[in-house]
Amino acid sequence: MTRYVAYRLLLAVPVLFGISLVVFSLIQMIPGDVVSVLLGMRTSPEAAASLRRMFGLDQPLPVQYARWAGAILRGDLGYSLRSGVPVSYLLASRLVVSAELGGLGVLLAMLLGIPLGVVAALKQNTTTDYAATSAALVGLSMPDFWLGTLLVLVFSIRLRLLPPTGYVPFGTDPVQNLKLMAMPAITLAGGSASYIMRMTRSVVLEVLSKDYVRTARAKGLPERVVVYAHAFRNALVPLLAVVGQQLGYLMGGVVVVEAIFAVPGIGRTALESIYNRDYPVVMGVVLLIATSYVLINLVVDLLSAAVDVRIREQIVSPGR
Amino acid sequence: MNSDSPPRSGSQQAVSMGTDVALRPERSLTALAFSRLVKNRLAVVGLTVLCLVIIASAMAPLLTPYAPTSMDTSSRFQPPSREHLMGTDQFGRDIFTRIIYAGRVSLTVGIVSVGVAGTLGTIIGLTSAYYGGWWDLVVSRLMDVLFAFPPVLLAIAIMAALGQNTTNVMIAIGIVNTPIFARLIRATGMGISGRLFVEAAHALGASSRRIILKHIFPNCLPPLIVQITVAFAWAVIAEAALSFLGLGTRPPTPSWGLILDEGRNVMEYAPWQPVAAGVAVMVTVFSLNVLGDGLRDALDPESTR
Repeated sequence: MTRYVAYRLLLAVPVLFGISLVVFSLIQMIPGDVVSVLLGMRTSPEAAASLRRMFGLDQPLPVQYARWAGAILRGDLGYSLRSGVPVSYLLASRLVVSAELGGLGVLLAMLLGIPLGVVAALKQNTTTDYAATSAALVGLSMPDFWLGTLLVLVFSIRLRLLPPTGYVPFGTDPVQNLKLMAMPAITLAGGSASYIMRMTRSVVLEVLSKDYVRTARAKGLPERVVVYAHAFRNALVPLLAVVGQQLGYLMGGVVVVEAIFAVPGIGRTALESIYNRDYPVVMGVVLLIATSYVLINLVVDLLSAAVDVRIREQIVSPGR
Repeated sequence: MNSDSPPRSGSQQAVSMGTDVALRPERSLTALAFSRLVKNRLAVVGLTVLCLVIIASAMAPLLTPYAPTSMDTSSRFQPPSREHLMGTDQFGRDIFTRIIYAGRVSLTVGIVSVGVAGTLGTIIGLTSAYYGGWWDLVVSRLMDVLFAFPPVLLAIAIMAALGQNTTNVMIAIGIVNTPIFARLIRATGMGISGRLFVEAAHALGASSRRIILKHIFPNCLPPLIVQITVAFAWAVIAEAALSFLGLGTRPPTPSWGLILDEGRNVMEYAPWQPVAAGVAVMVTVFSLNVLGDGLRDALDPESTR
């Protein structure tokens, strides 16, 4: 297992390096540069040149990249052009909110998707199966911004059950926090729950057709033991990969959902920064989310290896 | 399918595919897939709805007497009626007109971005699978990096860097979709490159270009076709999402996401506006999804239906 952990950590290094290159390239693609954003168009060339020298923007690109990446490694993501606050400080305070939303979203997606998928597989070609697969198909076709709008229309405007927007920290008022997070979390989870349901159904169906399940049934084991001890346990590894993949979609979805429900997380911060041309903050968010995604996938891979010995043996003895 | 049989002849391939297929050896693989597709009712519904969306968008000027951007302040917030099938918005613009014109934006973004991503991804995937070596190594690592970004986030970051307009939306969605096509075609192509018929083509002196185009590429078509429908559905959602966030199509050009965003602010008085735009996105994506599922089943050589 130690060798597998080392191998996966080593694999993550070039990807993280690549992410930094992509984000740096995106910064270079922005029309104008930080100086033109700070000073505006009506400024003297001398003042602009002086500021460019100060920021090191007169240096060759590889030198600029090395300085930028070095600062990132020290946790310095630069300063917000609008507020002057360090980007890392700004994001740290917003990350807690997005993490809560993301966590609730994943939890809901798994709680809905996995049991529904298992039930649909066990009752294949029955009304229950058709109802579950149809609901998943509709869920997959329903974009998060549309689902969120519908929820606000029904639960806030028509029924007046839930507040449409806003955020209260969990520590301040747990009940109000959960009331405010209910619709954003459901919106975030909708598409992923549908995808997880379809994948669970397909994986469980495949496992149920295996010889060892037939053997377990032939031995006279109760169906509950066959399903949970044999079928579901073997379906866990591919499901872990599916959930890991969905985390990426959820992290992207956070931007949209936070915009709909005015949740003050990193997604909304990124959008506001785009509108204000506050590029250090935008790229800080992109870098943070992409890096988190890589690390979460690393954890998912390690968990899969912990559950399934074959995965780590493939790495230790690739010839087998 | 017999792993080493040449893929050239549809009838030969059909014979080796399964028992029910062997009863009809005269049918080509395309005819077989088509007959499976038309038996799938949901896929037929998807295809029909998609055709209707395309026709409505293409023939928009013939279907409505209004212009998508013409305002009429005397008829603001009109509920759905015979004059205005989906009501009017805060500027008195006919929502049905804007919805069908917005379909043009969505479909154009889908066709261009998926066309570019599919072409680039296929070229990258095929060459990477066939040549291997340093090219494959570089391509694979680059794909790993692009896969490290959540798709919507990457599209938003590209839009932030390039600026907000419909052309940049196509570029952003194209860039996000390219590695998905490249990885799929690379994986499929690698499986095919090792088959006996490819080795036989080598032995007969066929050029690399001929082997890629005539032997490997045709065998990559089934997953490619399915991926096109999936990517198209995502492109429609992504265009609407970017416009909804104010990062895509710019007003007054109609876009489903933009109409939904404008309608969100007046939802209490005119719920028909966001509902119409949301249903338009959902119906289009649903039809693409069920068509994709149907094509996946129809093109699956293991399928015995």
